Amino acid sequence: MATTASFHATGEDLAAQIETIASGAVIGSGTYDVSISSDQVLPVMAGLKDAGYEMLIAVTGVDYVGYFEMVYHLLSLSQNRRAVVKVRCGEGRVDPVVPSVVPIWRGAELQEREVYDLMGIRFEGHDGMKRIFLWEGFEGHPQRKDFL
Amino acid sequence: MPLSTQPITINVGPQHPSTHGVFRMRVTFDGEQIVDVEPIFGYLHRGSEKLAESRTYTQVVTLTDRMDYVASMTNNQSYILSVEKLAGIEPAERGVWLRMIAAELQRIASHLVATGFFLQDLGALGTPLIYMMREREQILELFERLCGARITNSYMRPGGVFMDAPDDFWPALDRFMAEMPHRIDEYEDLISGNEIVAARCDGVAVVDSQTLIDASVTGPMLRASGVDWDLRHRQPYEYYDRVTFNRPLATASDNYARYIVRIHEMRESLGIIKQCLEQIEPGPVRPEEVPALIRPPVGDSYVGTECPKGELGFYLVSDGGVAPYRCKVRAPSLINLTLLREMLIGDKMADLFVTFGSIDINMGEVDR
Repeated sequence: MATTASFHATGEDLAAQIETIASGAVIGSGTYDVSISSDQVLPVMAGLKDAGYEMLIAVTGVDYVGYFEMVYHLLSLSQNRRAVVKVRCGEGRVDPVVPSVVPIWRGAELQEREVYDLMGIRFEGHDGMKRIFLWEGFEGHPQRKDFL
Repeated sequence: MPLSTQPITINVGPQHPSTHGVFRMRVTFDGEQIVDVEPIFGYLHRGSEKLAESRTYTQVVTLTDRMDYVASMTNNQSYILSVEKLAGIEPAERGVWLRMIAAELQRIASHLVATGFFLQDLGALGTPLIYMMREREQILELFERLCGARITNSYMRPGGVFMDAPDDFWPALDRFMAEMPHRIDEYEDLISGNEIVAARCDGVAVVDSQTLIDASVTGPMLRASGVDWDLRHRQPYEYYDRVTFNRPLATASDNYARYIVRIHEMRESLGIIKQCLEQIEPGPVRPEEVPALIRPPVGDSYVGTECPKGELGFYLVSDGGVAPYRCKVRAPSLINLTLLREMLIGDKMADLFVTFGSIDINMGEVDR
């Protein structure tokens, strides 16, 4: 059976590629993912899009209790490769914020609204930053670990 | 003297027969022309991703059934593949073939629903939808034989499927396989060359492939714009690398192109099932050593599969416990709606639901 892992760029390759786009942006890498600092999100993502990752597949927010993390799954149709980029949204739980990638990929529009609604991560530069599933006036963000 | 008009805003849905569930739009019209659309989501939000965090990996399968509830099998498959990757489970060979047969049957059923309702929205009231529901019913009966359930199947498990197909499943599947190609010919005779369908669909809601890629649109909608992107072919999972099939494409990227791609994909799915039947061998459907309570090592996994509506992916994070720490669903139905506004603006009121139907969404998956 063909393993899906073979279509993922390794963390090492990806870190080297990002290093050429924005030097010093990489703060760590795993087997198939790479972590970048949150102030470098826009230049790195724009650079990766130019390097062939045309499509933003998924935008995920994860609550690790001590901090929030954004996970971006990118896909290159031309090179048939996937990449995983992780961004830590500051320290602590108060007002996590990351730059919006909507200027780079339209596909982030609804997904970032979903993350904002359910996880409470704010996206700077997104014009329609409002709740998507829950109603305006709902208190709290249900996907956080402290929402019971 | 020019007639002065005034834009009027109308609320559509959430309770509306053509919204494929409970979708709501605030649409502004200038006369008969659409000038603005604001989609409003959330009427079927059940918090599936949150619920998954308090269930074991096997129990979550039942939640995936209820996401895209006209394509439960493919949802099961996508989730199971992500769990298998996370926990390092090697599936049983017969189990994988059964999963592929179930998934391809489900793709046909989902495309039948999409096409049937698309024509219903177009104004072909009754006949096409009843015809397609008749064939879908046969597939649901096959599923009932296979696992006891028609819609919320929960058929698949990490490592394979929960039971082997009973003896009476195989002749029933053969009967369906013999009949279905003629049924698809029948749809083509009735619909594909129909002048009214052509007049209503050709050149309506055209989006170029670059915009679609930029908006993360996948599935038949992307293939209708000429982009040859099918995960079963480009990034084969299960045993899709052991079967051959064509990827039907269209280039017009209008409502008709999206319809015709789905019709042709049904034929390809039948071809894939035929090849699965030739290659499936007797054996266990699930390895004995897979524990009932799965505890994957700490880490994360993402697997995207080609579902009837586009790329469905599950991003799972494990903290080493019996339940996923985070279970994110990459829902094609939600993401394919990103361009809804652009696709509708400038068209007539009567095209509103035709275009909406051509995108093929399922509210269970949009809101989750």
